[in-house]
Amino acid sequence: MLDDFLVRAALAGVGTALATGALGCFVIWRRMAYFGDAMAHAAVLGVALSLAFAMSIFAGVVVTALGMAVLFLSFTGRGQSADATLGVLAHGALAIGLVAIALVPGQRVSLEAYLFGDVLSVSRGDLAVIWGGALIVCGILASQWSALLTSTLSPDLAHAAGIDPRKQDYLITLMLALVVAVAIKVVGALLITALLIIPAATAQRFGRTPEMMAVTASILGVIAALGGLQGALIMDTPVGPSMVCVAAVMFVAAMSVRQRRA
Amino acid sequence: MSLLAVEDVVVRHGGQTVLDRVSLTLAPKEIVTIVGPNGSGKSTLLRVLIGAQKASEGSVRAAKDLRVGYVPQKLHIDPSLPLTVRRFLDLPKRVKESDARAALEAAGLADLGKRQMTDLSGGQFQRVLLARAILGRPQVLVLDEATQGLDQPGSASFYKQIEAVRNELGCAVLMVSHELHVVMSASDRVICLNGHICCEGTPDVVSAAPAYRELFGTGTGGALALYRHDHDHHHDHHHDHGHNHAHDHSHEAAE
Repeated sequence: MLDDFLVRAALAGVGTALATGALGCFVIWRRMAYFGDAMAHAAVLGVALSLAFAMSIFAGVVVTALGMAVLFLSFTGRGQSADATLGVLAHGALAIGLVAIALVPGQRVSLEAYLFGDVLSVSRGDLAVIWGGALIVCGILASQWSALLTSTLSPDLAHAAGIDPRKQDYLITLMLALVVAVAIKVVGALLITALLIIPAATAQRFGRTPEMMAVTASILGVIAALGGLQGALIMDTPVGPSMVCVAAVMFVAAMSVRQRRA
Repeated sequence: MSLLAVEDVVVRHGGQTVLDRVSLTLAPKEIVTIVGPNGSGKSTLLRVLIGAQKASEGSVRAAKDLRVGYVPQKLHIDPSLPLTVRRFLDLPKRVKESDARAALEAAGLADLGKRQMTDLSGGQFQRVLLARAILGRPQVLVLDEATQGLDQPGSASFYKQIEAVRNELGCAVLMVSHELHVVMSASDRVICLNGHICCEGTPDVVSAAPAYRELFGTGTGGALALYRHDHDHHHDHHHDHGHNHAHDHSHEAAE
């Protein structure tokens, strides 16, 4: 079954969407969309480093994305505003990554694959990495759910309950780095944030509780992944952007439906 | 034996000393109120006590496995986060349905478990925060200006609720307020803070203290007397539980 590249592509999309949907809820509750973007853009630099040092792209991307988070903390700690710092980091990392890839000697790298994804070329090994990363993220989310949610609502509330909100911040950052590394093969560095934000923002209109919203977001993410793959095959369009298009259409459709929460 | 004690705590932010050698102990079942002007370090002191803020100097001691219920000054819930009252009560730990209902009742609320937190009125919202805080059967209830945004009758009825909760749970209460006249009469002990502890003692002692009058003027005396009358009234009817609840509900309905 895994011999079929379409099956592998579909599985890669589903695995990624499960993780990005649920984690994406925290990204919008915590207003971290731009932070996620900076980490995702850094992935291009991660790819360049991986190629230069002949290490796994997954590891390279995770390390660079985490490095981006460390830089962010250090710059904002020195008095820069978060907004400006993220603007610098997101575009700086992307530009440096593009230059670095051009400097990697020897191989001709298809830049487009890393910017917009190349899910049709997912190998069995890639699939193992994607599902491994996605399951780790879902596992952390499930086991730490209450602590994460409490810290998201109010760090002081967490402290009083014996939860260290700093630890939860680190966990979110780590999960974002993993998701970026997982998703780069599927939708590419430029569109990873879309898979985090759009399903979660759509699900917000239907969930009455955080859990319902997270599950709905993951389901919508899976629908976008499979629908996008299907659409791309029919219309011969790039798969990653097609997935994001389906997600965006669902968001617009949800906006026109009356909100059920109130 | 004290539940919670800080000794000679100093907190500095940048070059500024926010708290200067503050010492404070909290005994079981005691209601202690910290009053002080804006920027006097009241919230910082509470944050030191719940472990959210590290002291630059001094010691913080808490009884072993101390259960703290915390009612924050303000809880901003991002509009993107759907949260029913019932689900909120499940933070940080899931609680039984009967416990949730009992906590809401103890906080003076009817069952509004299915409502979204963001749809509540200010008074209801603060009471839900109180309900959540008492669900863990706290030994200490910590409230940081919990009546901000409530009108005066609203605050007065909220503080009465806190007294009722203390009597029911037998927990100590430590709260911060700048609504002196409303809060003082509900307290066993008042601490007047302005970076350092200016004066402390029973409400009568503090309101007569020169240091207190210097900070707040004498103008609140009238309001204090007014409220004290109200407070006595509350005590007279204390045995009448049903009356209290009826009163609180009518207040909620009026909001």
